[in-house]
Amino acid sequence: MIAVEVKELTRRFGNFTAVKKVSFSVRKGEIFGFLGANGAGKTTTIRMLCGLLVPSSGQARVAGLDVYTEYEQIKKNIGYMSQRFSLYEDLTVRENIRFYGGVYGLSRAQIKERTEELLSFLKLHEQAHKLTASLPLGWKQRLALSTAMLHNPQIIFLDEPTSGVDPVSRKNFWLLIYQLASEGRTIFVTTHFMDEAEYCNRVSIMQDGVIAELDSPQELKKKYHASNMQSVFMNVVKRAQNEPDSF
Amino acid sequence: MNRILFSIIKKEFWHILRDYQTLMVILAWPVLMLLLFGYAVTLEMRQIETVVVDQSHTPQSRDFINALASTSFFKMVDSDVPQHDFEHILQERKARCILVLSPDFAQSLQVNPETKIQLLIDASDPNAANYIQNYLMQISAQYNFKTNTKLVLPFVVEPRILYNPDLKSYFFFVPGLVAVIILLISALLTSIAIVREKEVGTMEQILVSPVHPIQIIIGKTIPYTVIGFLDSALVLLMGHYLFHVPIIGSLWLLTFSMFLYIVTGLSFGLLISIITNSQQVAMLAVLMSTMLPTIMMSGFIFPVESMPVLFQYVSVIIPATHFLTIIRGILLKGSAFADLVPQLSYLALIAGFLITLSIRKFKTTLE
Repeated sequence: MIAVEVKELTRRFGNFTAVKKVSFSVRKGEIFGFLGANGAGKTTTIRMLCGLLVPSSGQARVAGLDVYTEYEQIKKNIGYMSQRFSLYEDLTVRENIRFYGGVYGLSRAQIKERTEELLSFLKLHEQAHKLTASLPLGWKQRLALSTAMLHNPQIIFLDEPTSGVDPVSRKNFWLLIYQLASEGRTIFVTTHFMDEAEYCNRVSIMQDGVIAELDSPQELKKKYHASNMQSVFMNVVKRAQNEPDSF
Repeated sequence: MNRILFSIIKKEFWHILRDYQTLMVILAWPVLMLLLFGYAVTLEMRQIETVVVDQSHTPQSRDFINALASTSFFKMVDSDVPQHDFEHILQERKARCILVLSPDFAQSLQVNPETKIQLLIDASDPNAANYIQNYLMQISAQYNFKTNTKLVLPFVVEPRILYNPDLKSYFFFVPGLVAVIILLISALLTSIAIVREKEVGTMEQILVSPVHPIQIIIGKTIPYTVIGFLDSALVLLMGHYLFHVPIIGSLWLLTFSMFLYIVTGLSFGLLISIITNSQQVAMLAVLMSTMLPTIMMSGFIFPVESMPVLFQYVSVIIPATHFLTIIRGILLKGSAFADLVPQLSYLALIAGFLITLSIRKFKTTLE
């Protein structure tokens, strides 16, 4: 089963091409990592898949639906958490959950049920009536992911979800991602933390709008004779700079 | 569909209620403006500082001076100062005018059909000078009729002042304030509410959900429509009960035209929010493009008819111009729907244009 399929996807902003003819596919239930420096094209790719940007050319299907014509359907099937903060700080935890539940068209009873589930799951019962602004960043991040999951999507896009979070919270966040994947959901995650890349089933390394490498962390480490993903990444970047024509 | 809309409206109310400071400003500002315009800002003049130089010292001259002093218009600050001090008095702003009755005043009244008295006015404020002149002429005319029963005039104008018989300036300002407040609240708050979500990043999260743009627009605007209505009702009620501004026309017509005007303001705010990306820019853009034209060019204070022709054309595209005619007509004159068809049509036209433009321009993708 293929969750996401991309063929020669391209996005231009004026004269600048942010994403150049990118092709890959993501299997259902996979944790798919998207690595790359800032400006490599990760966010642009993810936004095209979520219907936030219209591609300039190429094809992409998410959950079997076409990004050009069926984006309304896609939106119902995906969860999305951006690198920018997506919760309302002046609303309480409960109000945030209720709002996003309502936006996804959940019924009052469904929202109530999901709220209780989430609060127990995140152990946030005592904070439910507090303003979101008063939560530590790590908790906010997990709450943001949970609100993006209210409508029970099968594919989840996470755009740098752990940026700015302390290592313990990052670890907790990844435990959450594993749990979601074990339920058969597909996770599409971008990051610039190389240790996080190790947690992915497969990673693709983006460089200047193209995919430079795509394989499992084990295979990539073997290929570059590296002990960790950090040195794999450095090698890929170096190779890309030395022979820019090969891309 | 309706559940989604309801969620957005509810969330927007949470934002409004949680931000006490803004809420207080929204509610207190119109009240302050009303009190200011009602009590402090007035075009009438009272207690004008006056110096009287009575060189006649006769019962007749004293009689005339008493007639002046008994009104609330003039306040005698000094009397019988020497002529070489006149300049001083005006320069130092001890008085705005100096009245001089010549030594032969009483005598001349007996023999001469035309007795002259002198009035020196400080016209550095021409409007005030005008008032002073008019007041004194009225009082002297009354004095003349009383003392000289033989006086024959070919005809007299007998004015009947309609709709605002006491010429109270707050009858003029209260409806105007409603116009300014509605436009400001609806345009400013709507634009800020949308731009804030763009700035913080939550708009991205909403756009990725299956919400329709129309739902975002309606959900965002309804709460501010309610606030705008509350604010204008507050001003109207205060105007009615505190300043006794009449509401002669139909309340339904008033509500309908207020609604039309609020929609105009909201769609303008929406348009601003689409073309700006920061709250500060949105706020500046709204203030510059609504407050200034509304206060200066719509007839809020200065009549449109006395503006240069070019500005008169510009005033046609300012929504407040039409709404002022409508609300002053309904409140003071009891104008009916049929009397206001041109103004209402203009307003509907402007609202329709703005709302079509903003809905078409509202992006559901990030660019």
